[in-house]
Formats: sequence, structure tokens, C-alpha cells
Amino acid sequence: MWDYTGKVKDHFLNPRNVGIIEDPDGVGEVGSMACGDALKLSFKLDEKKERIADIKFQTFGCASAIASSSALTEIVTGMTLDAAKKVTNKDIAEYLGGLPAQKMHCSVMGREALEAAIDNYEGVGESTKHELEGEVVCECFGVTEKEIRDTIRDNHLTTVEEVTNYTKAGGSCGKCIPKIETILGISPEESQVAATKPMTNLQRIQKITETIDNKIRPAMQGDGGDIELIDVVGEEVTVRLKGACSGCPASQVTLTDFVQKELRRAVEPDIVVKEIK
Amino acid sequence: MKEVVYLDNNATTRPAPEVVEAMMPYLTERYGNPSSIYSFGGDVKKEVDKARAQVAALLNCSPEEIIFTSCGTESDNMAVRGRLLASKERSAIVTTKVEHPAILNTCRSLKTHGSRVEEVGVNYDGALDMEQLKGSLLSDVAIASVMWGNNETGVIFPIAKIAEMVKEKGIVMHTDAVQAVGKVPIDLAKVPVDMLSLSGHKLHAPKGIGALFVRKGTKIAPYMTGGHQESNRRGGTENVPYIVGLGKACELAMNEMEGQVKKISTMRDRLERELLRLCPNTTSNGANSERLPNTTNISFQYVEGEAILLLMNELGICASSGSACTSGSLDPSHVLKAMDIPFTLLHGSIRFSLSHYNTEEEIDLVIKELPPIIKRLRDISPFGRAD
Repeated sequence: MWDYTGKVKDHFLNPRNVGIIEDPDGVGEVGSMACGDALKLSFKLDEKKERIADIKFQTFGCASAIASSSALTEIVTGMTLDAAKKVTNKDIAEYLGGLPAQKMHCSVMGREALEAAIDNYEGVGESTKHELEGEVVCECFGVTEKEIRDTIRDNHLTTVEEVTNYTKAGGSCGKCIPKIETILGISPEESQVAATKPMTNLQRIQKITETIDNKIRPAMQGDGGDIELIDVVGEEVTVRLKGACSGCPASQVTLTDFVQKELRRAVEPDIVVKEIK
Repeated sequence: MKEVVYLDNNATTRPAPEVVEAMMPYLTERYGNPSSIYSFGGDVKKEVDKARAQVAALLNCSPEEIIFTSCGTESDNMAVRGRLLASKERSAIVTTKVEHPAILNTCRSLKTHGSRVEEVGVNYDGALDMEQLKGSLLSDVAIASVMWGNNETGVIFPIAKIAEMVKEKGIVMHTDAVQAVGKVPIDLAKVPVDMLSLSGHKLHAPKGIGALFVRKGTKIAPYMTGGHQESNRRGGTENVPYIVGLGKACELAMNEMEGQVKKISTMRDRLERELLRLCPNTTSNGANSERLPNTTNISFQYVEGEAILLLMNELGICASSGSACTSGSLDPSHVLKAMDIPFTLLHGSIRFSLSHYNTEEEIDLVIKELPPIIKRLRDISPFGRAD
């Protein structure tokens, strides 16, 4: 059972501003049924077109998603658009007295929907949907590099786990975790070239050797086997299996499912491991 | 404590008062070690043997084939890891996509040790793909582990038939029967599985006790090494009070299961039928297959499971959900995903699992209170204007 604050429970059990505004000035949508949560915001400005006079939400999601949406509408009612643009997911979470770490993405969803609704009013983009800007990093949940970087910056995140808690990225198949690590490794100001600069063969060999010595060999030795690095040509890595592993009927599986996987994770995603007997 | 309507008996069950009563002497005066030579210990050993016989009687096997463990998960680990440790030539594992994590994650972790693991799929009704199973039983397979009854949907696999197929290929057959024992009759004289896991707290014994049936002649290596206990197959001083409790729970199940099952399945069927009738855009998952008598898994379209559970919690109604949000992971139920349940139904799935302690009045309460909860959440949802 989640440890929700009294304020989360209150906004979940008695959500404020539920519904759709007729003839709204701006509409924003984020999420989908497949992802497990979705939020639709619509707002109307006052007569001078300065402040948010009325805002309503519809949410598909868990208790904290509903509470975050409700809280967001309370926070921004009466705000100027400029002030509303500065509302972050942190403001939503703080308003609710905090959210469980794994539920922080609910507050991020609120901020994104607000952004999409204001963009819609200001005529940025054509649809009311939250626009995916830049490269999609997490394909399972459709999370872009920009979203990840923004959320890291707003919340001072430092680990992959935190990024997953806040954006969901990396929370399903886990394939994008190395990319998230790369994003975490460089500051948002740094150019991306640095991150994608190809490795020299020397760097590659060094990294492969380290990974084999520190990670792969100890695991294999634990099972009475051993491994020796023979050669590295580009992304092709040749090894020899020794001890119990040589001649083991499952050695091919060990090679692809363990050795190659570890090297791909630690060194480069395109590495191919070959065995010589 | 607030009165609860407990409809989550696949998660855990109320310890039967008779079980607690049977355990008490061993938590108080009769604390001897069954391995000791004096009668203060030796007499306790007789109680452990009696419990072993009670468990064996429920399964129709011989008492020497029962090893006591700490839980269902340990039984599953002992079966799979113990078998692989004892198997020299074969290292592959065949299992299913819908197993409990105790099996699934155990098998997956063995991949890094070089075991090939094949996970057999299921169809939309939750029925096992028997053709895929047949094709997977190759000469490198050391063990096949297929669950008896599914914890999320209640779908029962034809274990007797599966065990025959597996045994024909000379492969050791294990079944995780944690959800089945005490709910459906199990006759190990007729069903040729080599190993079977069970857990005490799913059949009205307390948490912290389980057992593994290992058929005579089955080669497995000890997984929990230590003393000579359990005929050298599982080290560690016997958990006497809990073993006595499990024995009593098995005896109760043996004597009372038939009548209880009728009562339970009648309540389950009514609950399911009425909820489907009263809530539009709602389906039951796995209902076309043979199921455990106590389980129903219902998907409410357009709403999310955690929100349903928490609103029911306000009324003291306990159930569980396959939604992503309840688990801490971001993925919805692996069982419903394996069944290819459409994503519109994945996040709003609720499992009710009954026991004989439930009453018709409790079922009435859920039938009365749940439809308005669903409507309320659909009114909040951007998708849910369907009723």
C-alpha cells in the first residue's frame, strides 16, 4: 500500500475542478490508456485574457494521478499565463505534501499537460496533444530526451531510478537505460557530440577488458568456468571459454545471453561476441 | 480494528482458529527440538511426523515425500535449483509465461548460469499453448515447471495431461500448486508430477511455512544445505509450531473442502455475474477456462485499478489489481499481458479471491458499492463516457 499524505487522499477522494470547459481557450492532453495514465486539461482566461479564470481536468490513472491533476488546477487558478508557465512538477508534489518516489511521474504529467494547454492557447503546434520534442529515448512510454533533461534539471535527479520514478522512462523493458545513463552523465548544457563521439579502438579494448575482469569472469568462475579475451576487431569481440564452460552444452547461451549482453550494456550496444575453441 | 470484507484470499488467508489453537502449545510449553534425544524433544518429533502425514493425506502421497520449507517461494526455488544442481547433462528449463514470480524470476536468474529457458505462452482465455509445450520438450531440458492454478486469473492448467507429456520425454516435472492446494482435489497417485510446491498461508495456515512434495526416486540436490533435517534434504531446525499448523490446515481442507468449494464458487459466480451485468464495458479474464472456484479477474474499461482499490478500501473491501500502479513497477500484470488482453482492459483489472469465511452479505455489499465507484472514476476519466 502506498504511503499517501492526507492531502493526496483528500484530493483523490474529493477531486476539485473535474470536467471539461465548454468553449475553452486552451486544451492540453498527455498520456494514453496504454501507458496507464492520461490527463486532459481545459482552461478559460478572464475577460482581459490575462489570468486563468477557470480550469478543469479529466484523469485516467491512479490515486496520485487524480490528486496531482486536482492539485494542479487549484495551484494555477487565478494565475497569469506567465506565472503558470513557471509551475513545475515540484510545485505540484509540494502542494500535496509530497508523493511517494515511484509516483513522481504523476506530478510530471500535470506539468506537461499544462504546458500543452498553454501551447495550444498560444498557437504553438497544431494539436492539443503534448508534443514529443526531440529523440524518443524510452519507446515503451514515449519519453523524449528533452522531457528527461527538463525533469532532471527541475528536480536535480542523479540516478536512473529517479529518472524512472519521475518520467517512467526505463521502467518497462529497460532497453533505454544506457541512454538515460548517458544523459545523466553529461550536464544539460554540454553538447551532445561529446556523448556520441565514437570510441577509439584502444578505449574500446580497455573497457572490454575491464568489464570481463570485473564482472563477467567472477560470475563465470563462480560456476567453475572461465573466459579469456582473444581479440577485438571493431565491434567484434573474440573470446575463448575455459573450465566448466568449455564443452558445456549451454555455452552458446552463456555467450550471447550473458557475455554479449554485459559487454553491450557496459561498452557499446553493437558488440558481437564470437567464440574460438 | 475496522471490519473488513476480505476478498483477497489468493494473497493470503485468515489462519483458521483450529490451526492457531493447534499451534499454541508449540509456541509456549512444548518448545523442544525434534532432533533431541530426550522425550521432551522426541515427542515433538512425533507431532512433526503427524503433520507430515496430514499434508501427505491431502495430496494422496506418502509422508516421506513431503519436505517442509519456509514458504511457497522456497519450495519453488528448491525444486528448480535443486533439480539443476543434480542434473549433469541437462540444463534447460521449460516453464510458462504466466507463472508466479517465484518460478519466473528463479528461471530467468538461472539464464546467467547458462540455462536455456523457454517460456510457453497462453491464449486469450489463459489456456496453455500445448503445441508450443510439446515442441519445447527437447533432450537438453532438465525440468519443466508448470503451475496448477494461476494466482491472478484462477485458470487451471491440465496438469495430469501435461505431466504425462513431460514424463514421456524423460523430463522431471514440477508444478507450483500454491493456489490449487486446498481449493481443488489433488491426487498425486493419479497425477504423475515429480514435484509440487504448496504454501501454508494460502490455505488458512500462517505465513512462514510451505512444503515441497518430491516423488520417491526424483533426483534433486539439497538447496538449503545444513543439518540432517528433512532426511538431509533441507537443513535448518524444524519450524515446529508452523509445521503443526500446516498439518492441521491440510486436515481441515481434506475434511471440509468439498462443501466449502460449492459455497465459494456459488458466491464467486454471483459476484462476477452481477458486476458484469451492472457495470457496462466490463469483462472477466480467463472465465472461459476451467478455473479455481474462488477467483474472478474482472477488467473495468476506462478506469485504473489502484484508484478502484483505494475507493473500495474506504469501505473496508480488500481485493487486488493487475494494474501497473499498484505494484511499484510500471508494467501491468505479466499474466494478462501474456493473454494478450487489450491495453484498454489491462490497467483496470481487479481480482477478487474468496474463501469459505466470506458471506453472501459481503458479496451483496460489493455488488452494491462497486458499480457506483466505477461510475465515479469513469466520470473523472477522459475516456469513460461509456455508460
